[in-house]
Amino acid sequence: MGTWQAYRMAIKSILSNKIRSFLTMLGVIIGVGAVITAVAFAQGSTKSITDQLTSLGTNLIRVNIRARNSNRDVKYADLADFSSQNLDIISAIAPSISGNVTLKYGTIIKDTSLIGTTPDYALINKRSIQSGRYILSIDNDLRQKTAVIGSAVKNELFPDTEPLDKSIKINGEIFKVIGVLEEVADGVDGTDDDQVIIPVATAQRLMKNSRISNYTILATTAESVDLAMVKLEEFLLKFYSDSNSFNIFNSAQMLDTLGSITGIMMGVLGGIATISLVVGGIGIMNIMLVSVTERTREIGIRKAIGAKRKNILVQFLIEAVMVTGIGGIAGIILGVCAITIIGKMGLVPAVYSPIWIFVSFGISLIVGVVFGMFPANKAARLNPIEALRYE
Amino acid sequence: MIRIENMHKQYIMGETVVKALNGIDLHIRAHEFVAVVGPSGSGKSTLMNMLGCLDTPSSGNYWLEDSEVSELNEDKLAEIRNSKIGFVFQGFNLIPKLTALENVELPMIYLGSSSKERYEKSKKSLENVGLGDRLYHKPAELSGGQQQRVAIARALVTKPPIILADEPTGNLDSKSGDDIINIFKKLNDEGNTIILITHDNHIAMKAKRVVRIMDGKITEDMEVG
Ligand SMILES: Nc1ncnc2c1ncn2[C@@H]1O[C@H](COP(=O)(O)OP(=O)(O)O)[C@@H](O)[C@H]1O
Ligand SMILES: [Mg+2]
Repeated sequence: MGTWQAYRMAIKSILSNKIRSFLTMLGVIIGVGAVITAVAFAQGSTKSITDQLTSLGTNLIRVNIRARNSNRDVKYADLADFSSQNLDIISAIAPSISGNVTLKYGTIIKDTSLIGTTPDYALINKRSIQSGRYILSIDNDLRQKTAVIGSAVKNELFPDTEPLDKSIKINGEIFKVIGVLEEVADGVDGTDDDQVIIPVATAQRLMKNSRISNYTILATTAESVDLAMVKLEEFLLKFYSDSNSFNIFNSAQMLDTLGSITGIMMGVLGGIATISLVVGGIGIMNIMLVSVTERTREIGIRKAIGAKRKNILVQFLIEAVMVTGIGGIAGIILGVCAITIIGKMGLVPAVYSPIWIFVSFGISLIVGVVFGMFPANKAARLNPIEALRYE
Repeated sequence: MIRIENMHKQYIMGETVVKALNGIDLHIRAHEFVAVVGPSGSGKSTLMNMLGCLDTPSSGNYWLEDSEVSELNEDKLAEIRNSKIGFVFQGFNLIPKLTALENVELPMIYLGSSSKERYEKSKKSLENVGLGDRLYHKPAELSGGQQQRVAIARALVTKPPIILADEPTGNLDSKSGDDIINIFKKLNDEGNTIILITHDNHIAMKAKRVVRIMDGKITEDMEVG
């Protein structure tokens, strides 16, 4: 018996019970669809974060002060001093205070994230101004209530008016809009465009937080990053007793961390996928066992007229594999549709992963073989006389 | 062509042993038309299963065209069933979801014939039993007599040396039953070897040779007609 015949028989059998076949496939469809969608978004967000980190360059160092209530807290002024003494290795430093705030203009209300910082922040983060101006040192010195808004904020608060020099309320306090940031096309979830930037000194008051714990530092060259990190550590150890009180890390380390987070995420997804495919496989085994029982007589007939064990085994195995294979393809289509739709809505960036599409298709075929084997073997071993007598 | 010597088949049912076949000796030559007749429970179907290589005896020998069948393994038996035996059952035993043509093609699928050959031979076989205009009907769309003729077409399609029919008229009215017997007669005239199993004496007498069986033993073996 040729394999082509076995395929034809399997197709016939699947088509002769469409609803049941579909329900049987559903586990695989959902499993594969979910895997492909989840992987696409996991890879998508990883990619956009990676892109962003690499676009910022390899000169970036971040410092995060963890210790609290220390009487010798390092101040922005201390670090600014430090950087001006090390101009050969450090070209800029920006403190930042961040938080979530509510903006109000006229009757429009919007929640967004706030960053309080200094002029260097734009340089370090490679942000440019679309209109107006950026925060200047004088804004900080005078604790000016000035704000630079991201393009998403502009679009919502000022859909058809010019935002410059307008007054908006940030958490109830009045600020003047002095500039609009250039849009970042591939930002993460649009957060780079959905933000408002104010002078750090103003932010300390607004957020009722005088302590600045985050700094972004730009080394002069990629080669000076390591030296700058060493010097920073030495400097900070003058303020804190041990190096656990603060974190100093660079873009490469951030990429590493991101890589391991992605690894964990993929592992979790893989686990979920495995579970859903096993559940789907058990469903297939169950239906195949029912099908073997229902078709006992057919098996008896086939055996009586010359089918060998192997022929029956292959017939049922191909049927199982075809169910999971079609389920796999349907799951891929479902997943790709989901990715496209969610991607179009702009919620999460997605990356289609051909490898994962092939892998999940391959796995669905394997599920068919593994879970089809037991029922198929049961069918193949039926005694023809008893099978023929079966009512 | 067929030679059975001292064949026994026992079924052990707990304490009791059922001797379904109890020392059968039977010799059937090519081109014969033999009816095996006996009351219900006499061992006819058991004998048919042995003759048809569906089962192996507890003891005794069975030569089918020079090969000793009682010692063959399952796959070899399947091959013999496929190429040497055409079955016609009481209950027709067609696969409901396949068309008449596809049912007839089945043995050739396991024989490994090409699809063109299968189609041509199956069509011819159905035409032979007068169903040339019912190729694409499903069994449920055919009368009992027609279904049995599809089964005969299926039994004949590989041109096996032996046709084995177990109560082929059992589920049919007498008119359709007569038609089926006439087909067998015609097939025998064309040279086919036919073994017809029945409990109906009247039908048995239409064969050329009648073998009577009782409690797993042959009680009479005579030529008729
Ligand atoms: N699989 C089996 N298990 C136990 N007993 C059986 C089996 N098959 C047949 N028998 C017994 O063997 C005897 C002959 O049965 P069978 O060949 O079917 O008779 P017939 O076809 O002439 O009616 C009966 O007594 C029957 O009960
Ligand atoms: Mg019987």
